[in-house]
Amino acid sequence: MAHGVSVLALLMVLGTSTLSRAQEQELPVSEVAPKIFVHVGEIALMTRENEGATANVGFIVGDNAVAVIDTGGSVREGERLLAAIRARTDKPIRYVINTHGHPDHVFGNAAFVSSGTVFVGHRNLPQALAVRGPFYTDAFRRIMGEQLMEGVRMIAPTLLVDGTTKLDLGSRTLTVTSWPTAHSDNDLTVLDEQTGTLFAGDLLFLAHIPVLDGSLRGWLKVTDELGTLPAQRVVPGHGPVSEWPGALADQRRYLTKLAADIRALIARGEPITAAASTAAASERPVWQLFEDYNARNATSAYSEIEWE
Amino acid sequence: MPGRRFRLFFVASALCSAIVLGAQIAPAAAPGANDPWPGLVQDIFNNRPMNDGAEVIGIEMPYRAEDAAIVPVTLRTRLSPGDNRRVLRITLVIDQNPAPMAAKFELGPDANVTEISTRVRVNNYTDVHAVAELSDGKLYMTKTYVKASGGCSAPAAKNAVEAKNRLGQMRYRQFARSGQGPASGTREAQIMIGHPSHSGLQMDQVTQLYIPAFFVNELRLWQDDSLVLAMEGGISISEDPNIRFTYVSNGAKRVRAEARDTDGHVFRNEWKIDDPGI
Repeated sequence: MAHGVSVLALLMVLGTSTLSRAQEQELPVSEVAPKIFVHVGEIALMTRENEGATANVGFIVGDNAVAVIDTGGSVREGERLLAAIRARTDKPIRYVINTHGHPDHVFGNAAFVSSGTVFVGHRNLPQALAVRGPFYTDAFRRIMGEQLMEGVRMIAPTLLVDGTTKLDLGSRTLTVTSWPTAHSDNDLTVLDEQTGTLFAGDLLFLAHIPVLDGSLRGWLKVTDELGTLPAQRVVPGHGPVSEWPGALADQRRYLTKLAADIRALIARGEPITAAASTAAASERPVWQLFEDYNARNATSAYSEIEWE
Repeated sequence: MPGRRFRLFFVASALCSAIVLGAQIAPAAAPGANDPWPGLVQDIFNNRPMNDGAEVIGIEMPYRAEDAAIVPVTLRTRLSPGDNRRVLRITLVIDQNPAPMAAKFELGPDANVTEISTRVRVNNYTDVHAVAELSDGKLYMTKTYVKASGGCSAPAAKNAVEAKNRLGQMRYRQFARSGQGPASGTREAQIMIGHPSHSGLQMDQVTQLYIPAFFVNELRLWQDDSLVLAMEGGISISEDPNIRFTYVSNGAKRVRAEARDTDGHVFRNEWKIDDPGI
């Protein structure tokens, strides 16, 4: 009898631990609009500790199918996002949309590979992944460790967006738009017109300093064009879900200041190294991770603006 | 203001330059792993002895590569004015890059170039060596260390469309040099050439993309007919190669540049120096 009790106790322990692990595995998400779920990433660099979970990722559930928007910074994060989806719906995942090719947005792709799932990306995304993929996997093995990088694969989109593509999830149509070079040369946005919810990818940063890996002048132009989209709220690539289009203001100010400072440095004949240490310094108190990215933004912007 | 642009000759030449610096491939290694430098001394410098270059040449780079695609580097010669030796050439080696030999600069015999700044790609945590060859026939080496950038930056083009549009454009700019009046004769100038500088890509299994290497491998600059500076470049030079340098004017009224790339294009341009005394 004592034996039976202990077996029962063991089963109970096992049961709870399995349950709690399942809950743990689920990436925390909130429903920002009906059937639109978002995990807001930590504002941080990708590390072993945060499992690369620094970008905002989400999913939209229609009557027939689910679309995933970005998959996170590790397969582990992708799996946790998948667990969050499966805890809410058993509808098939028809689309995985990558808003662009940076590691914190695509490293989770491998968790979603299955026969019925189509990967969607900007027409430039396959080339970006091919050229940068090997470098990214090497670099992040160093940064996040072998274990987290195990299974990370560059999965190129097969549905390429050049202009606008509509994706039907059943009584719910998503408008996916490709943009000219801005944050990167392969940025996409996803708009759910039904709820006025815009997934801006890294075309919009909030709280997290904008990171320039494309064209500063292009990004300023795209920032203005984005403002005309008929949305009520935006899920930025990094930072809190916010009201639209007011959420663009901080980023526009930063990019404008950066461009103005760089132009002045170039006019004075200052070298590129001066840009790294002085440009946009007045923005320092406003942004998180300023020290991690501002010098880089300034270096990149200088090499672009000196061709004006 | 950028220097006045004169004529641009775009000559598609069948003469492919023999100098291809992309050929030396070294595997990327973690810091502390086998030091590639001895092998590079053998491959690039034919195992010639390396002398301490602290008194001869300085190299400045940021400790961390902020943007892997654009890492500024400045080389400064340090020979004292009384030294009768001359720097003939300076070789820049980024040990852990796929093509470690980044550039070889030849310094014009009469131009007294003492400072050269350019921008390079840095793939990994790496030593970066500068090796000066002096007129005494010896090599002098100095080095620095650069941490690779983190995040989403990569040693690749950011805006392929724009890079293509700029192909072959050249700009020349002369700077006022603070603290040194015209009497010193020292000038500071910059030459830029638009080029995508693709490092190339082997056939990608997933996308079937194949991108051949395509970069500027030779750039020469003269004042009238006297060489100021020449560079043999490889794929470690950032896209849109850019060199800022000091030199001493010989009174020439024009500066001339010629660049070649791995596809055999020849780009030429020249600029009038309105007031060579300034």
